Amino acid sequence: MLEAAQRTHSESVPDASGHFGTFGGRFVSETLMPALEELDRAWKHYLKDADFLAELDRDLAHFVGRPSPLYFAENLTRQMGGARIVFKREDLNHTGAHKINNTVGQGLLARAMGKKRVIAETGAGQHGVASATVAARLGMECVVYMGAEDVRRQAVNVFRMKLLGAEVVSVEAGSRTLKDALNEAMRDWVTNVDDTFYILGTVAGPHPYPAMVRDFNAIVGREARAQSLAEYGRLPDALVACVGGGSNAIGLFHPFIDDEQVAMYGVEAAGRGLAGLEHAASLCAGRVGVLHGSRTYLLDDDAGQIRHTHSVSAGLDYPGVGPEHAWLKDIGRARYVGIDDEQAMKAFHALTRSEGIMPALETAHAVAYGMQLAAQRRSDEIVLINLSGRGDKDINTVAEIEGIQF
Amino acid sequence: MNRIDQRFRQLARRGRTALVPYITAGHPHPEVTVDVLHGAVEAGADLVELGMPFSDVMADGPVIQNACAQALQHGTDLDRVLEMVRRFRERDADTPLILMGYTNPIERRGVERFAAESAEAGVDALLVVDCPADEAEDLKAALQQRGLHQIFLVAPTTTDHRLQRMAGLAGGFVYYVSIKGVTGSSSLDLSSLAPAVKRVRAVTELPVAVGFGIREPEQAAAVARVADAVVIGSALVDRLDRCANVEEAVAVTREYLGRVRGAMDAATETGPAAVEA
Ligand SMILES: Cc1ncc(COP(=O)(O)O)c(C=O)c1O
Repeated sequence: MLEAAQRTHSESVPDASGHFGTFGGRFVSETLMPALEELDRAWKHYLKDADFLAELDRDLAHFVGRPSPLYFAENLTRQMGGARIVFKREDLNHTGAHKINNTVGQGLLARAMGKKRVIAETGAGQHGVASATVAARLGMECVVYMGAEDVRRQAVNVFRMKLLGAEVVSVEAGSRTLKDALNEAMRDWVTNVDDTFYILGTVAGPHPYPAMVRDFNAIVGREARAQSLAEYGRLPDALVACVGGGSNAIGLFHPFIDDEQVAMYGVEAAGRGLAGLEHAASLCAGRVGVLHGSRTYLLDDDAGQIRHTHSVSAGLDYPGVGPEHAWLKDIGRARYVGIDDEQAMKAFHALTRSEGIMPALETAHAVAYGMQLAAQRRSDEIVLINLSGRGDKDINTVAEIEGIQF
Repeated sequence: MNRIDQRFRQLARRGRTALVPYITAGHPHPEVTVDVLHGAVEAGADLVELGMPFSDVMADGPVIQNACAQALQHGTDLDRVLEMVRRFRERDADTPLILMGYTNPIERRGVERFAAESAEAGVDALLVVDCPADEAEDLKAALQQRGLHQIFLVAPTTTDHRLQRMAGLAGGFVYYVSIKGVTGSSSLDLSSLAPAVKRVRAVTELPVAVGFGIREPEQAAAVARVADAVVIGSALVDRLDRCANVEEAVAVTREYLGRVRGAMDAATETGPAAVEA
């Protein structure tokens, strides 16, 4: 981790006040500023602390199960008839998604800072489960905020969190999804900042969260880079990852940013189509504004009110996006595309049937685009898709869509 | 001269602590807002704060959150808020009015246009809850050009360094947030207030207002002894929430703020701060 932090250019973006170009920053009430400054100091300190990093590495190896494999999807590759499709298997992590990379890191940070209570927001419930898991292990109290609509959609994960000893608070405000859960978690944090650590689950929010969550997830890209070199003797030609807030995508992308020859594609939820309003594609169809403490692309109406979004996947159903993605889009380093509900569902089935891997519905968006991309590329090229999570949590949603009752 | 500066000068001469009620524009209904503002002034408010509703009020508690949601449901957009200000000004040319809101709707309008339209409508200052001094330079310039002040929040946890920085940008008054938490929390700590206000006074000549978490007239009275202004927000909004029509909303506002005013006046006539002021 130490060596790796030096290898990437994580020192150059964001700047000291958390800006990625014109994006990011800290648009929060003054009541939160000191907490963010304390967190920023702690994170910068422990990122250079050998004992902390050694413990993090141990936990990532023995608790999370890292490194996650780089898997060659031979059947799917044959089906698409183009580039070699390889998956970074974050779905094999403990708790089933990339989210645990971040919560293990922030959990250790919380403990190092002497906090007794952790809180988290969650959409799909993956981050909530990953937070509750870490809290259970570290013996901390854990409260997870979750939009009421997501509590319904992701009932299995709600039960998992409760089994792990977390309290799940159903948020009834606004669109009753991820953005409202995030608001509520922030409110809790301002009120209980003395003993509480807020484990934010994606690369959105005020500085230092976008940079810190990226650094904890960048293990994905560092491993993928090394694995690709070891296995294929070269870097992949294209990286593909789904983008909700953007943590699994930035985790994969970040260590490749300086490798200009590697194309990067972030896949947003196009919901029922980008032409209408029922999607969650802030980079593809939004504009620059300020949400959740950060200047970034977002979905709002002409009065600047944040819009309700839609995606079949709760984890992508978010009207903003991490500021580093906004920056990567504007400098042209990464491209952002949309995959709609139907395409994602098709990809969900395609991967399940061809490889015996059932992806999360969030992940299915990346799979769908990755398949299209592979079909257009030469057979000597490599398309690397981040398999950000497994689909167990989504079987109820899939059954519902297909009219199946248990 | 900005109405806020004028008003605080008058108040200082009279030895009176300002009462500053906050209401959310358009809550519980757009029809009541202007009348409630007038009612507040008649009950003894010296400045008024008008909240511009936003969909994601991260720094506000359930009461104001709910007020914003209702106001938005009734279509209270920025144009309607400014129209309310214009109508308020038809009958009240002197009471300073502060708009309070969040960054995104302001930027969507464009900060320069926002400043121009606000000034034209009769607004005196702007408080952007999610725009701390660190991110405020563009907005500050636009407001300054139109003679509008930018009000900043200071928290119990604000460091000296941040306090200095904010003092350089602030105008009108400094708004000290008396609790750790969102608006409407109930953990106002009176014992720590005097030293905190003193700390703010050390870096700025501006009047110091105290708000967040003040509900009871007695609390307002205690705060009035150490601060230049007392802000009442959620407690008033909560009362308005239960009002069915304009008459009721005005009556509730007058009754409640009248009691708060009375308690503040009683406290400052006899309290130690009267001497200081
Ligand atoms: C499996 C999986 N992938 C992706 C996401 C989207 O989050 P992010 O964009 O931060 O990676 C989620 C969020 O819940 C998730 O559970």
